[in-house]
Amino acid sequence: MAVIFDLAVQGAQMLLVLLLAPLLTGFVRKVKARFLRRQGPPVIQPYRDLVRLLRKEVVLAENASWLFRVTPYLIFATTWAACSLVPTFRTGLLFSWSADLIAIIALLGSARFFLALAGLDVGTSFGGVGSSREVMIASLAEPAMLMIVFTLALIAGSTQLSTMAGFMISPEVGLRVSLGLALIAMIMVAIAENARIPVDNPATHLELTMVHEAMVLEYSGRHLALIDLSAALKLLLYVSLIACLFAPWGTAAPGAAPQALAIGAAAYIGKLAVGGFLLALFETAIAKMQVFRVPEFLGAALMLGLLATLLLFVSRSL
Amino acid sequence: MALLAIICLAVLIAMAPVAIAIGDFSRARHVVYGVCLAASFALLVVALTALLGSSGAPSVATLPLGLPWLGAHFRLDALSAFFLAVVNLGGAAASLFAIGYGRQERAPWRVLPFYPAFLAGMSLVVLADDAFTFLVSWEFMSLSSWALVMAHHRESDNAHAGYVYLVMASFGTLALLLAFGMLAGPDGGYAFADIRAGHPSAGLAALVLVLALIGAGSKAGLVPLHVWLPLAHPAAPSHVSALMSGVMTKVAVYGFVRIVFDLLGPPEWWWSMVVLVLGGATAVMGVLYALMQHDLKRLLAYHTVENIGIIFIGLGLALAFKAYGMEFAAALALTAGLLHVFNHSIFKSLLFFGAGAVLNATGERDMEHLGGLIHRMPQTAFVFLVGCAAISALPPLNGFVSEWLTFQAILLSPQLPSWGLKFLVPAVGALLALSAALAAACFVKAYGVTFLGRPRTPAAERAQEVDQFSLSAMYVFAALCLIAGIVPGFFIDALAPVAQSLVGNSMPFQAGVEWLSIVPIAEGRSSYNGLLVFLFIASSGMLAAFAIHRLASDKLRRGPAWDCGYPDASPAMQYTADSFAQPIRRGFGTIVFAAREQVEIPPPGDLRPARLTAELRDLVWDWLYAPVAGGVSFAADRLNRLQFLTIRQFLSLVFAALVILLLVLAIWP
Repeated sequence: MAVIFDLAVQGAQMLLVLLLAPLLTGFVRKVKARFLRRQGPPVIQPYRDLVRLLRKEVVLAENASWLFRVTPYLIFATTWAACSLVPTFRTGLLFSWSADLIAIIALLGSARFFLALAGLDVGTSFGGVGSSREVMIASLAEPAMLMIVFTLALIAGSTQLSTMAGFMISPEVGLRVSLGLALIAMIMVAIAENARIPVDNPATHLELTMVHEAMVLEYSGRHLALIDLSAALKLLLYVSLIACLFAPWGTAAPGAAPQALAIGAAAYIGKLAVGGFLLALFETAIAKMQVFRVPEFLGAALMLGLLATLLLFVSRSL
Repeated sequence: MALLAIICLAVLIAMAPVAIAIGDFSRARHVVYGVCLAASFALLVVALTALLGSSGAPSVATLPLGLPWLGAHFRLDALSAFFLAVVNLGGAAASLFAIGYGRQERAPWRVLPFYPAFLAGMSLVVLADDAFTFLVSWEFMSLSSWALVMAHHRESDNAHAGYVYLVMASFGTLALLLAFGMLAGPDGGYAFADIRAGHPSAGLAALVLVLALIGAGSKAGLVPLHVWLPLAHPAAPSHVSALMSGVMTKVAVYGFVRIVFDLLGPPEWWWSMVVLVLGGATAVMGVLYALMQHDLKRLLAYHTVENIGIIFIGLGLALAFKAYGMEFAAALALTAGLLHVFNHSIFKSLLFFGAGAVLNATGERDMEHLGGLIHRMPQTAFVFLVGCAAISALPPLNGFVSEWLTFQAILLSPQLPSWGLKFLVPAVGALLALSAALAAACFVKAYGVTFLGRPRTPAAERAQEVDQFSLSAMYVFAALCLIAGIVPGFFIDALAPVAQSLVGNSMPFQAGVEWLSIVPIAEGRSSYNGLLVFLFIASSGMLAAFAIHRLASDKLRRGPAWDCGYPDASPAMQYTADSFAQPIRRGFGTIVFAAREQVEIPPPGDLRPARLTAELRDLVWDWLYAPVAGGVSFAADRLNRLQFLTIRQFLSLVFAALVILLLVLAIWP
């Protein structure tokens, strides 16, 4: 019975992330538009876009290969798999043992690997620009993220995200320097990974600094829908990750009663709203940086992560 | 067991003269590679039986060869069995590949006789149980591979590659010779059993460690001893490149493990510092070098350097844990390193096979002349993609598992009491993470420029899919990449006897864990299930495809590429290998390679094209090798005068030497 309940929770979480992801993207866009004193599209616009794209036919470049057509599905599947392992409203997910946080990061790495390949597939210069810059960003963002994972794993004594999240709720954690450093680094990585300002601009389409949009330039129809959905899922994943590790309040523990689950879900939606609002505020307040400044930005994140890990090697209580 | 292995090796060595005797090239090719395939497979079975068989006792054999008072000792214990399996798995696949690939060999008589000898040499090294046999086999392996590197000696650069290889190999063997000399002691107990029994003093052991690092490290490609590797590996025919990069470097790792973990006795804590620093530097430098290449085979060779670094990080951690008696953690780190040995031998061989297939199909190794091969060679493109994903440590393939285990070992290391290690290990962890991320960038570049996009030359446009033998060898290894990735528990269990014999403990038994997960330490700490990840990705991807095609739209139209409305017909407008790596060259290369870019734009009215010149320097070569080479030629120039002395001067020199020697003897206590 308990297993069936756990399975239901896991299934609910998988559906929940899939359904909430476009909403979060729409919410961020709306808040940003309001900050700019524009009306902005309705919050549900991303859903409409997805449906419209799904119904359209795909216009495929003449020399696109099978890899180009398979990639959107692969990216969607890996991102969804990663996303369904991040605790949202309840820790102790049924499948959390199948991939720990290192594996989740690596799953996102797989998605990026194939997306970068797809950018090169058609053989256009824009695709190449995007892929080349994406791997440059990833080559620093990924190690920075792994250093953050090291920090958290050393504090929690586990690399399993559910265990980590459970530990973060417990009173043993306390305030730590290393956690603060890790949080700053994680936010920097999350901004870079999700192609947000100041690293990349999700709203541009014809600008030399574009990275993500340049890679997916040749995609259309259902392929583009899947890629957009994956991007939204990834944003949701990072917000959930930061929420479950650094703001774990309200998250239901494994074996909690249904009321606790309801509180967890409400808290989760509240955290998403706060996260989305802060992201929009940050993006409005800051200017896009030059693309060759990005390594410095991410290098700082890597150094912060390394520093946090070093502190923990020196003393477990820092 | 050991005797059985030696019989197989005798068959391999006998193939060398047989190859010459057959005479007819096509028949010789089939016979030589066929027999090599059979012998390697037999050796693989022997090795696996020894490794997985229940009897833990090593099997020994002594032949009346070599030094008359010593004989040639051979021993097949868990460590030898594991490396014998790695060597012969690679050997079998390379032989299968070569049956098809060798058809287009231009100089078959420079390859066929040496190939079986090379295979036999590598197996002999891992079986040797005394210093003399080890060194002779090591040199036999080096020289036979040198002959293979020189197979196409008329091509530019190959002669230089062969020369550098020969110098570095001799230097490495010299270091090993000295190391074994120190280990054997004044009584000359050259059998490994005698060496194991005697414990060298601390100073002597440190010297042996350094010599082993130089000797084995130069063969494996540790920075800064790696310079020969990217020259020599690509110069050989591709199936030999696969063996040299995928397998021979592992034999070097074996040499290091055998000396340091087995023969040298209990380690000091600071040994691991040396190994970790070298491993971390090698991993990052190797992948940065690889990223800067545009020759496909050279890129792969440089990337081998990176993986050797990852393996040495695992070994260094194991040494640190072993020094402090943390046997469980040592077993984890050692298993991670050895699993990466296995994994790397699989995917690097696969990638070299793919590069060989591309070379055969197009006659090109330079990525800037390739492109679009996914349309012309779909099967090669598919298996090469699997290899690229595996080497980039992407789940659910095998490369990820060994790196994941290494990360788990790093996470155990705060328990190490030494302060030096406390500071070093996180930094090494960061280097490892950095090299993993850069590896993915490197293989996006390698695959994207070679196989994707539009063909850049007519040769790439006319490429044809390669033959069935080559393809089947690649498919076998691609399948192994997936299998070792989704059920890694069985492979970890197979390594348990090796860890048990070297560090006195082994990782928990994995095959019994539910759902074929791997749990290296404890359930609540970390676990990974490649099978489930694979199934989830496969099923949700297919589900999404099915749902979208049924419920939404499955219409598709081909049209010209959009490219933001800038259609251009020329494939030269695509990103090239160099331009792809430009951001990384700009980010890392300015420090590591002293990279400089110069843009030259002619003034208006001048019709010359604008030029961008990028200059990279190999600082290791500039600072380490160039001074040494300069010093040698300076000394040679000075000593040259000795050739032109008169007979009186010669006689007085001889007399002076005699007097000095007698004086030394008289003064010597």
